[in-house]
Amino acid sequence: MCAARGITKSQAARVLVFFGEFMEGGSMFKSAMVGLLSMLAVLMLPQAAQAEYADVVINNYADAAGMRPAVFPHWYHRIRFRCKVCHADLGFKFKAGGNKITMAKIIDGKFCGACHNGEISWSVENCGMCHSGVPGTPTQIHGSTVQRLVAPTYKSLGKPAK
Amino acid sequence: MKTKYFFLSVLAITALLVVGFNAQAAQAPMKEVKSAKGKVSGANIFNRLLKKDKQRNAPPAEDGIHDPANDGTHVLQPPLIAYDGLPTTEFGNYVDWVKSLDDGLLKPRYDRFDPTVEPLVMDLDIVREVRASMPDVVFPHKPHTQWLHCSNCHPKIFIPQRNANVISMSAILLGQKCGVCHGKVSFPITTKSCTKCHSKPKPADWKPPKSEASLKNPWR
Repeated sequence: MCAARGITKSQAARVLVFFGEFMEGGSMFKSAMVGLLSMLAVLMLPQAAQAEYADVVINNYADAAGMRPAVFPHWYHRIRFRCKVCHADLGFKFKAGGNKITMAKIIDGKFCGACHNGEISWSVENCGMCHSGVPGTPTQIHGSTVQRLVAPTYKSLGKPAK
Repeated sequence: MKTKYFFLSVLAITALLVVGFNAQAAQAPMKEVKSAKGKVSGANIFNRLLKKDKQRNAPPAEDGIHDPANDGTHVLQPPLIAYDGLPTTEFGNYVDWVKSLDDGLLKPRYDRFDPTVEPLVMDLDIVREVRASMPDVVFPHKPHTQWLHCSNCHPKIFIPQRNANVISMSAILLGQKCGVCHGKVSFPITTKSCTKCHSKPKPADWKPPKSEASLKNPWR
């Protein structure tokens, strides 16, 4: 429910804790104002995501590592490369989060690192260009039929295996 | 005590809003319907419960999955800039990618390093007869081999042999067979895209097949 509106349970919990602390010492008027503001805040929240079809959110390890999840725009890449380049030559599987990509593999020249190495495309020091997702967004292909028909099954894999 | 006031104010505002929205909902459509013979209910409007996307191809900062608080988000290219001049469709990215490639509007690389490498295109249509009354499916290898390599589909997803693959719409909708790409990245399964695959009309003398029950009926 919350995730559909673009916020996570952990974020909601943080907000609640903040409220609890805020309410410790305050007047009746203050409480009423906080109530009013919180209602307005809920109503102002953005509705369901309008992201581009086939945008992939990859959140295998990012949340656990305190990074924003990576967002891969299929549309941007298919204008420049055919599917074959990544899905045949580089070995990307046809599954969101199914490749278990880590920064170590990317720096090693595998997966994204085959191009994002400062030669074909910009290098890994531009953290925020990939790790640009809303924190807590689960791994998914945005707008996919499976996402619209079935409840999400993707889960965080926790910390990467060494 | 304070929490009590907090919740009370929340309740009060919710109640006010609900009343306000209801009043709006009741009044707004009534103005749209004008009838000479008297008042007609404003409830008889199209798409009453259908919510349409307010903005197609939203820029990253407004699309709901990119974090606007992240600096990198604002460096990313908004899709509408890239889609300028490309042929459109009514589903997916709202861009006809195959036509864009055919018309030479896009020149995506087939090799990571060498822009001059040409794809191995195979022009072979596979007709799959559909048991139900839907038009038969024509699978064109041409647009698929323009984008993909044989090994992407064969032999793991599709066995390259006649009648070896059982495909159903439910499997596709659940992300199997054609659904490995269609419905995720390539054009999705919508009521507007049926005829893109189901494109060969049934022969004139086609009749629906008899069911198991009628075939096994001893009094037939």
